[in-house]
Amino acid sequence: MSWLHLMILLPFIFAAAVPYIYRKFTPRIHTGWFVLVIPLVIFAFLLSFTTAISYGNTAFSTVPWIPSYNINFTTYVDGLSLIFGLLIAGIGALVILYSIFYMSKREALNNFYVYLLLFMGAMLGLVFSDNIFVLYVFWETTSVSSFLLIAYWYEREKSRYGAQKSMLITIFGGLAMLAGLIMLSMMTETYSIREMVSQAANIPSHPLFVPSMILILIGAFTKSAQFPFSIWLPDAMEAPTPISAYLHSATMVKAGIYLVARLTPVFGGQAEWFWIVSSMGMITLLYGSVNAVRQTDLKALLAYSTISQLGLIMSLLGLGSASLYTGGEESSVYMAAIFAAIFHLVNHSTFKGCLFMVVGIIDHETGTRDIRRLGGLMHLMPISFTLAVIGSFSMAGLPPFNGFLSKEMFFTAVINAAEMKEFGVNAIGNLFPIIAWIASVFTFVYSMILVFKTFRGKNKPEKLAKEVHEAPLGMLISPIVLGLFVVIIFFFPNILSKYLLSPALAAIVPTLAAAGETNVKISAWHGWNIELFMTIGVIVLGTIMYHLLKKWYRIYLLYPENLMLNHLYNIGLENMEAVSRRVTDRYMTGFIRDYLVYIFAFIIIIVGGAVWLSDGFSIHTSDDAPVNWFEAVLMIVMIVTAAAVLFAKTRLTAIVAVGGLGFLVSFFFVLFRAPDLALTQLVVETVTTVLFLLCFYHLPQLRKEFARIRFKAVNAIVSIGVGVVVTIVALSANGNRLFQSISGYYENSYELAGAKNIVNSILVDFRGIDTMLEILVLSIAGLGVYTLIKLRLAGGNRNEKAE
Amino acid sequence: MIQTILIYSLVFLSFAIFATIYRLIKGPTAPDRVQALDALGINLLSGVAIFSVLLRSTGFFEVILLIGILSFIGTIAFARYIERGVVIERKQSD
Repeated sequence: MSWLHLMILLPFIFAAAVPYIYRKFTPRIHTGWFVLVIPLVIFAFLLSFTTAISYGNTAFSTVPWIPSYNINFTTYVDGLSLIFGLLIAGIGALVILYSIFYMSKREALNNFYVYLLLFMGAMLGLVFSDNIFVLYVFWETTSVSSFLLIAYWYEREKSRYGAQKSMLITIFGGLAMLAGLIMLSMMTETYSIREMVSQAANIPSHPLFVPSMILILIGAFTKSAQFPFSIWLPDAMEAPTPISAYLHSATMVKAGIYLVARLTPVFGGQAEWFWIVSSMGMITLLYGSVNAVRQTDLKALLAYSTISQLGLIMSLLGLGSASLYTGGEESSVYMAAIFAAIFHLVNHSTFKGCLFMVVGIIDHETGTRDIRRLGGLMHLMPISFTLAVIGSFSMAGLPPFNGFLSKEMFFTAVINAAEMKEFGVNAIGNLFPIIAWIASVFTFVYSMILVFKTFRGKNKPEKLAKEVHEAPLGMLISPIVLGLFVVIIFFFPNILSKYLLSPALAAIVPTLAAAGETNVKISAWHGWNIELFMTIGVIVLGTIMYHLLKKWYRIYLLYPENLMLNHLYNIGLENMEAVSRRVTDRYMTGFIRDYLVYIFAFIIIIVGGAVWLSDGFSIHTSDDAPVNWFEAVLMIVMIVTAAAVLFAKTRLTAIVAVGGLGFLVSFFFVLFRAPDLALTQLVVETVTTVLFLLCFYHLPQLRKEFARIRFKAVNAIVSIGVGVVVTIVALSANGNRLFQSISGYYENSYELAGAKNIVNSILVDFRGIDTMLEILVLSIAGLGVYTLIKLRLAGGNRNEKAE
Repeated sequence: MIQTILIYSLVFLSFAIFATIYRLIKGPTAPDRVQALDALGINLLSGVAIFSVLLRSTGFFEVILLIGILSFIGTIAFARYIERGVVIERKQSD
């Protein structure tokens, strides 16, 4: 048990205390103030790791959980997990501070902070876990807590819809990922990610390699809202804005990025990984940025922009994985892509968190997030405006904000990728810079929409519910801090690089780090190179497109509604429901006759099939006793009587025939020398016949159909089939006696039990427990009949009363 | 000698059983069938008796008695059913 374990569990422990704190202090003190302490403590604790990590050390600690299965809560701190840990705790603290001012005390704050702390603990556990199953447990906990947070205002229908959608999609991915992780553990025979990395060279030839890669990537893509699993993210915007800022921009959606980065040393360096990750990232980047422009809701715009930026990071991770393939001199060129991915990951968390909070402020102060109703807020909300400019310009990739640096590095990476010779990248490689550039233009356009459509132009007070004024200071602190980071990282990127980014890079490409090649020169960010011209091109074309927005906006209307991913999802869900209902309605008919047909058909298929497949049909007559003529006569009489039951025209005839059949069976017992059985059979037969007569009278009027028992071909086939199968099985079983019978033992019943009647001594002495339980069965049946008759509930006797 | 006589009687009893079964199936009315069932019981009773002599066993004497009793009870039950519509009548005071 290390301190880190305690830090991961701290949010969970405190979450248990939150409801009590809420009840005790609610009207006086906002619960958030108490919660705020937790991420601050964790953040301070994690900061203490930075120096050690920057020297290339790692920390490792194990707490046994299920030791017999090798599932232990193992924490592992390296550069990558530390970056994520700091982001989670740091932005978590800022989000909680923001939520203190955003969430009114009238809300159910206890729920809010319990869910939020659960999420924070799960996320911390996810990034620090070394054991894949513990990682999966935390992974699903983030899904569940995110579900709870999205549906925080559960009385709204859209919240519930969004929560359900995100739950379905992320859990689907999580389960796929679990299968992939199990395959991975089968290949490497370990559950520890560190040990998997050390065995990475051996597994690509394994047949499970590609399936496990694809399944794990499905998990990562669903969580990180990659195309086409991105549809849940815009609907998750129904959550309170602090949640959107925290979960759906900075932390949870990066869990997939984390997983891809974490497993890059295992899978990276393979062509499949390179192509899947980078092309999916590129598609997501383009899809997100193009769709963001058409949004009219600020949060939806930010959601699509998050999708697009996540695609950017993902594609960089894919492109950078080539460095593991090449190695040596060349690899440092591709490795820069991974560095850019981590760098942009940090940058994105800062500026997107800031933007979400600003949008939350606008929503809070004006009562709407609709771009069409907003405008001219610049003079009313100057601080928010400044923050929005910082965030948006950084998102668009303009200097002097940190987004500029990472976007330049992105361009470098795609240009390098275009010239790549590995993995069959030839002419297709040229698509990388082209898509990246087009997506950047769209990013520029929507960033400008975000700032200028909301803050410039004419103020429209008649469309707003409230009188607009600047937000309270407390609400502004968090976005200001994030905004400051955006600027500070631009001017001093190397401090961040030295302490956090380089160790993280070393964690993703450990083999190269061992060769000492992970010192990326972030200082080389200026100079007249092709990347800079690409950025200038983005700005020029983006500005033109923004001004001509009204002219080309209608292009979006051309795209048919029916092909929208959301529409496909809804249709898919409806159809799945309809189809499964139809299937269920089809076979669950409510008629017992149909169910019996299924059961008997399965008996025929399975028993008959088993006999058929295993060549079990074999009849040996050598052991059989000779057949007497009166046995044969009795047999014929019984067959005739049984047929009479089947073809009886009235129910009374059937009952009489069944009674006759019972008498004949008892005669069989006599023939085969079983007097006790014959006695019992006679009595039971008579009682049963009398009972049949009793029931006969109580049958309801409607069902007294004195018609022939309906002859159905299916019934005939099924019944003949069952008869044939059972006969075959009985004959085969009789012909294949494997062991001697144990009946010889019971012949000593007089010496052993003092009884001359063997049957009775077996019943009450040798196998007395069976008899006891049969007596119990009879008593239960008797009691059951008694209760059924005596305890008639209201309406239970309707048929007879009607007579 | 006695063996042969017994077997012949069994053969004739079989014919009788066939005949009752025919009446049981064919019998135009329910009383015909009940009569057939009763006769079947008696035939079986005699069959069991002959059979136990053949087997030289006293183990089936209870069966003979029981068939007699039960075939009587069964016939009464059917008769009551056909006559009154119920097998066990409730008391009028209920």
